[in-house]
Amino acid sequence: MIEATSVTGQPGRELVSFRAGDQEYCVDIIAVREIRGWTPCTTLPQSPNYVCGVINLRGAVLPIIDFNARLGRGATQPSARHVIIVTHIGHRLVGLLVDAVSDILTVADGSIQTTPDVACDTVKSFVRGILAVGERMISLVSLDRIVPDLELEAA
Amino acid sequence: MDTLEDIKATFFQECQELLADLESGLLTLEAGAGDSEVVNAVFRAVHSIKGGAGAFGLDRLVAFAHVFETTLDEFRAGRLDANPVVLRIMLRAADILTDLVADAQGAGEADEVSAEQLRLELQGLISGPTPCSAAPSPPEETDTMGFVPLQVCIEAPPQPTGWRITITPTAEMYGKANDIVPLLRELERLGPCATTLNASGLPALDDLEPEAAYLSWAIELNVGCPREAVAEVFDFVEDDCVLAIEPLAVSAAAPQPAAVDIDIEAFLASALSAATPAQAELTNPPPQPAPKVATAQEPTRELSVVPQSIRVDLERVDKLIDLVGELVINQAMLAQRVAESGFVRSSAVAVGLDDLEQLTREIQDSVMAIRAQPVKSVFQRMPRLVREIAAATGKRVRLVTEGEGTEVDKTVIEQLTDPITHMIRNAVDHGLESTATRLERGKPEEGTVRLAAFHRSGRIVIEVGDDGGGINRERVREIAIDKGLISADAVLTEEETDNLLFLPGFSTAATVSNISGRGVGMDVVKRSIQSLGGRISISSMPGKGSTFTMSLPLTLAVLDGMVVTVGEQTLVAPLTSIIETLQPKANEVRQLGPTQRVLAVRGSYVPLLDTGLILGWRTEPADPLLGVCLLVESDGGRAALLVDAIQGQRQVVIKSLEANYRQVPGIAAATILGDGRVALILDVDAAIALQTLPAFPTPLALAS
Amino acid sequence: MSLTILTVDDSRTMRDMLMMSLKSAGFDVVQAVDGVHGLEVLASTSPQVIITDINMPRLDGFGFIEGVRRDEKYRGIPILVLTTESDAVKKDRARQAGATGWIVKPFSPTKLVDAIRRVAA
Repeated sequence: MIEATSVTGQPGRELVSFRAGDQEYCVDIIAVREIRGWTPCTTLPQSPNYVCGVINLRGAVLPIIDFNARLGRGATQPSARHVIIVTHIGHRLVGLLVDAVSDILTVADGSIQTTPDVACDTVKSFVRGILAVGERMISLVSLDRIVPDLELEAA
Repeated sequence: MDTLEDIKATFFQECQELLADLESGLLTLEAGAGDSEVVNAVFRAVHSIKGGAGAFGLDRLVAFAHVFETTLDEFRAGRLDANPVVLRIMLRAADILTDLVADAQGAGEADEVSAEQLRLELQGLISGPTPCSAAPSPPEETDTMGFVPLQVCIEAPPQPTGWRITITPTAEMYGKANDIVPLLRELERLGPCATTLNASGLPALDDLEPEAAYLSWAIELNVGCPREAVAEVFDFVEDDCVLAIEPLAVSAAAPQPAAVDIDIEAFLASALSAATPAQAELTNPPPQPAPKVATAQEPTRELSVVPQSIRVDLERVDKLIDLVGELVINQAMLAQRVAESGFVRSSAVAVGLDDLEQLTREIQDSVMAIRAQPVKSVFQRMPRLVREIAAATGKRVRLVTEGEGTEVDKTVIEQLTDPITHMIRNAVDHGLESTATRLERGKPEEGTVRLAAFHRSGRIVIEVGDDGGGINRERVREIAIDKGLISADAVLTEEETDNLLFLPGFSTAATVSNISGRGVGMDVVKRSIQSLGGRISISSMPGKGSTFTMSLPLTLAVLDGMVVTVGEQTLVAPLTSIIETLQPKANEVRQLGPTQRVLAVRGSYVPLLDTGLILGWRTEPADPLLGVCLLVESDGGRAALLVDAIQGQRQVVIKSLEANYRQVPGIAAATILGDGRVALILDVDAAIALQTLPAFPTPLALAS
Repeated sequence: MSLTILTVDDSRTMRDMLMMSLKSAGFDVVQAVDGVHGLEVLASTSPQVIITDINMPRLDGFGFIEGVRRDEKYRGIPILVLTTESDAVKKDRARQAGATGWIVKPFSPTKLVDAIRRVAA
């Protein structure tokens, strides 16, 4: 399935692309466990504004991150149309609240450009690279930055 | 099937149990409370370790265990006194044995020098005040059952072409369930045999005694094997028969083929028919056992109430507990759906569901009981710790333990070791005065540290107490001021002063010796206990000593909770922290200062805290008269937590927030309720601490 | 037809060792943890050979062997005792109690099977 067309000879990779706000992003398909519809969250006290809360994922407690808010682009008003992408981040499972999932792309590593300097710091810290697919510009998201300081609690 | 590696793992696991038995046995003896059964158990522990170590070729362990065992055997036989000196050596030997086991396991290193020293001391106990020079290896045992002419035969250089064996069993041989048939079969395995039965001794039938032995056999074994090979076959019976093993002619012509040519099968059949009556009985058991046999065995039977047990992989138990947790959630969800569908309580569906709930609860309790363990496994590690710290500090310390059999879920047991270890270290190092000071103060030279466990209102309570000087509150205060933890003019109660010990940054290099310290302060201990839903407190009496008390839930898997509504959220408060629920009346709520409110509860005022505000679920204070108050007991005394409504009490399955997220202030964990949604479990102490308002004075007495 | 062997030992390691060696030699195995338990298991199973330890809680190997031999039903069952190199005295006592033979610890599977063959009919 993977077309190794990269100039560097590296194998291609599969990415899941999605929309949040007016932008398009993608994450490595390996990190995506499932995609599900929005269900109301249980809010957590003393949490950052981009943490919607937690939901029950077949017996596990899954935190939900508002992706758009995480990038500092405004809070999402979740509705039944919204989608949660359940991702592996480290050894954790984290749900990303996004507008919609677009498609699955197969790209060669070589076709991913580095993030331009013009991007602001927030964007730069979450976006690992940019790829162009036809008219679309899609940002490759660096998932490990999405959930901050999980380990640094109770300092 | 088990592999050798599995068995080795079992061996090390068993060693831990045996070492624990060994130590507790020796301590019992030291306390003068031991009987011969304790001595036997101590002996058996060392013996079993030696046995297993031998099987795995752990020679160092075997060698030390052997010397230890030899000494214990003297002790068991009453040739060695159970005096304090002897027991102290044995306790130290037990510590060395523990190290050697760890060493063999690759989990530690044994100190060769102290092992050698202990070995000499143990030997010294047996051989009297002047121990002979080190002869550590066990004496090579000569086979006392050896057949006398053996040595002569070994010397004989020419190998005979075969052996003539004559054997005349006595009745004793059959009495010990030995039989001629397997012996002949074994000889046959060595080489071709020609066997003759000699029945000339057989009396007339009338004179025949059923239990006597009358037959003998002559066997020519036509193979040039060593004599020992032949003798070995008769190893078990040589004392109970007349046996001769003689070489066939050394030089002589090759054995006669005719002599060899005997049908061994036919012979075995004939031998079998000649078996003693006892043997015959085995092959043809009587249809019913004689009644007198049953009575004969009765006395031993009465001893027997063996709790049958099986070993199960912990993983399987954990999996089962998880599944039962899911079952509980599913059952609750089902119950909620049924209730929503409008079934009346008396309907068959609702009644059936009630039964299911009951059953689910019972299954859960039973499953949790599988994982429950006595705290003994943790307590047993402490005597050694105390001995070591006592030695390092030059103090004399007696450790008294109580309630070792108190059971608690395995998840909690694992979490107990560190806090207990720390508190014990603390008690010996800081709690107890030096021997000189004790004597000066007219106290017994030997300090006492008490470690106790018991159940109280659905929790396990662990107490670590000492009979030392108590907390030096002035010193504590000075340190706290030095460290900038409190201001120099702060007015603190005794209790508040004691609690300074738990502040982060209190114990640093200046106060922490290398024994108690290891870089861990009491604040870390407190926090780790709190993260388990536990509490820790101190009580101290100047000159009399201090006691640290910690209480923990019995399990970290389920919790009895009060389900309440706060704003639009559902919250679970642990039932154990709730004293009662109250419906506040207008005259009971008082404003105190700009934002603070208090609630009058039977003659005293307690702070009234708005749960919704604390957790940030609302911005405006709620009207207490429209809500319900949970009167809770927390670290800082009582408080009334205002919630909107109470939904009911139920047992919930604890789900970690840290697994996928992180710790949340004021929240202990999460659970999943009947509607399938996540509900948060309140951490009462932490939630109250979140209250940003200045500390409220302790409850005011109204008119008493 | 495979023989059933009853092993009586308070050490789990030793029971596991015996189990492994005996099973791989094709024997069936039943286990007991001490002498009293051994007598109970004996009543509910019918082993063809018994292997017992000596040092055990509640009822030691000597008592167990005597208990077995006291019962006519069991008199013909061979009993092997587990001993160590240095236990000559115990070996003799076990024989007086009615033991059929002995196995010296540490044992190899071959030694174990040899000993069983020498006593099993």
